[in-house]
Amino acid sequence: MRFQLTEDQRALRSGVRELLARRFGPEQLRAAVEAPGRLQKGLWRELGEAGFFALRLPESQGGVGLGLPEAVLAFEEAGRALLPGPLVATHLAAAEVPGAATGETVVTDVGGCGLVEWLSAADVVRGDDGGAVPLRSVDPLTPLHRVPGTPSSPWAAEAPGADPAAVLLTAAEQLGSATRACELAAQHARTREQFGRPIGAFQAVKHLCAEMLVRTETARAAVYAAAVTADPADIDTARLLADDAAVRGARDCLQVHGGMGFTWEFEVHLHLKRAWVRTHRTSDATESEERLAAELLAGSG
Amino acid sequence: MDLAYTPDEEEFRARLREWLAKALPTLPPKPSPEDWPGRRAHDLGWQRMLHDAGYGDVHWDASPTLRLIFLEETEKAGAPYVGAGFVGLLHAGPTIAAEGTDEQRARWLPPILRGEEVWCQGFSEPDAGSDLAALRTRARRDGDDYVVSGSKIWTSHAEVADWCELLVRTDPDAPKHRGISWLAMPMDAPGITVRPLKTLAGTTEFAEMFLDEVRVPVANRVGEENDGWRVTMVTLSFERGTAFVGEVVACRRVLRELAAEARGNGRWDDPVLRRRLGRLNAEFRALWRLTQWNVSEAEAADGIPGVGGSVFKLRYSHARQELFDAAAEVLGPASLDLDRPWMSDRLSSLSYTIAAGTSQIQRNIVGERILGLPKER
Ligand SMILES: Cc1cc2nc3c(=O)[nH]c(=O)nc-3n(C[C@H](O)[C@H](O)[C@H](O)COP(=O)(O)OP(=O)(O)OC[C@H]3O[C@@H](n4cnc5c(N)ncnc54)[C@H](O)[C@@H]3O)c2cc1C
Repeated sequence: MRFQLTEDQRALRSGVRELLARRFGPEQLRAAVEAPGRLQKGLWRELGEAGFFALRLPESQGGVGLGLPEAVLAFEEAGRALLPGPLVATHLAAAEVPGAATGETVVTDVGGCGLVEWLSAADVVRGDDGGAVPLRSVDPLTPLHRVPGTPSSPWAAEAPGADPAAVLLTAAEQLGSATRACELAAQHARTREQFGRPIGAFQAVKHLCAEMLVRTETARAAVYAAAVTADPADIDTARLLADDAAVRGARDCLQVHGGMGFTWEFEVHLHLKRAWVRTHRTSDATESEERLAAELLAGSG
Repeated sequence: MDLAYTPDEEEFRARLREWLAKALPTLPPKPSPEDWPGRRAHDLGWQRMLHDAGYGDVHWDASPTLRLIFLEETEKAGAPYVGAGFVGLLHAGPTIAAEGTDEQRARWLPPILRGEEVWCQGFSEPDAGSDLAALRTRARRDGDDYVVSGSKIWTSHAEVADWCELLVRTDPDAPKHRGISWLAMPMDAPGITVRPLKTLAGTTEFAEMFLDEVRVPVANRVGEENDGWRVTMVTLSFERGTAFVGEVVACRRVLRELAAEARGNGRWDDPVLRRRLGRLNAEFRALWRLTQWNVSEAEAADGIPGVGGSVFKLRYSHARQELFDAAAEVLGPASLDLDRPWMSDRLSSLSYTIAAGTSQIQRNIVGERILGLPKER
């Protein structure tokens, strides 16, 4: 059992991180927030060229021929950088929709909760988006449409099960956000001084940061394990832990930053808002909870 | 990144499983929690069986992965846990194996492995708990002996122990972390008084220990004089890092039993309760993955667990308490009956956020050593 990143996986992760730092750093992030609804197609094609969408396509079909663990690492980096766009939908369409693999076609889909991300910017929409109406999205970097007729409380209906790969890759993005929030909080706690000392010396702050790390690292073990096994219960586990690590991590990071945490300038609100969007992308958490509850009874007759 | 075991490891698992199926039915019934001599005999008898079958040293000589498989399989088969062997097998033994001389290893390790001697841990004192380095029990050198006076508290298993891993102050003038030594004290030495303390669960798990001019040979010191704090860190990393692995497997079994109970008594129809159990399933599945992650890391770092142990301990001790609170919710008013399953575990789980370093202290460790936040003082 080598439940650790291999050399190749480390290299892949730092490759993606460098690409995103170069092409979607703090400047570009700010620019994107100021031009809402506009997807940068140049960046999209560059991601395609780098193999982001074709990562799991076999080499015989022009793909990179890697597996879910590698995809999870790439999506974790995307989440960390707050990369906008229907990344998961396009990645999942790589085998079927012409141009998706190369980044020439932007693909979105109708999510399990009846929401469509980036509808106007997409070339192809998977699922029935008839009558979709725009809503005022909480996340400045994720335009949203709502498809009427989808149940307002999807957990009460016979909702079709979400694609497990979509659930897992979304969890990977949440993990990236959680990691980033923890880093930002610790960095601020080490340097910001009040009462003559770094605020991280105060336990009320130190312990918030410690809990963020514990949530993030536990979620990491769950997400990576699900990437290795692709087992449905492992994927449900990963999503519950990762949603929690991302949403609570962003809130705690905001708290650690004080007034600055509440500003439009500082990136933490973008993490929190995106984390909220991701919690409703594929299905609601209650579905995962119900499945994991049912799993406890499986085999006991 | 994989979760696959090697053919050798799978073979070990299969052999162990087969042996457990034969050995467990021959075990005598478990004595009551109050019967310490009976518990001691039972736990040591089990260790003796493991030893004779070739599994006696699995806690420190085997690779971390084999140890994980051992704990997983013994727990799944319903075998006894280390019990009275806890300190000897899980932290004093590994510390002596890592830091002791050849002579010390030869003297103390075989009797632990053969199930002949019980160890206890004399670290905490009335005025030195979280601030362990403030300990004051004094050891004065007299020829080839140390003469030890002072008192210890919360010493688990002291009533039935043969040896105590004891922290003493050998240099009262040095800064507090630099004047400590780690000694192995024979519990039958003159001058030791053990007074059992009753826990909130009603059992006498731990005791007070009064030391009055107790002579301990200098040859019983593990590590250099005044270098005991470093040795202590080795002990604590074992205690926090690997000591709870088997329990995660046990918690996952409890959770399945809880679900079955809830279905039987109708509580399962309450979606709030169902979802709570679903979340706990996620929690313990994740804790198992975190264990596998930490074991892989230990494997790569020569077997000594890292600060990852604090991350695990912090998360696990709270999860364990939530598990038994959920059990109480499943049982409803019947949870007030201590004869119902899980209800004494609910009581003992209250110690998990205190023993082996409180949650507050673990958060300090995570904040300072992993996140690099400044110390308080
Ligand atoms: C079941 C059980 C078995 C035990 N077995 C053993 C044993 O075999 N051998 C042994 O040596 N010890 C043993 N202990 C002792 C255990 O290690 C101590 O109880 C523990 O370290 C806490 O010390 P304390 O009880 O003195 O509490 P204190 O240190 O007085 O703590 C009281 C409260 O103050 C908080 N606190 C203290 N300092 C800080 C700080 N700096 N920042 C924030 N909060 C702080 C603590 O978190 C706690 O909530 C056992 C304890 C239990 C419950």
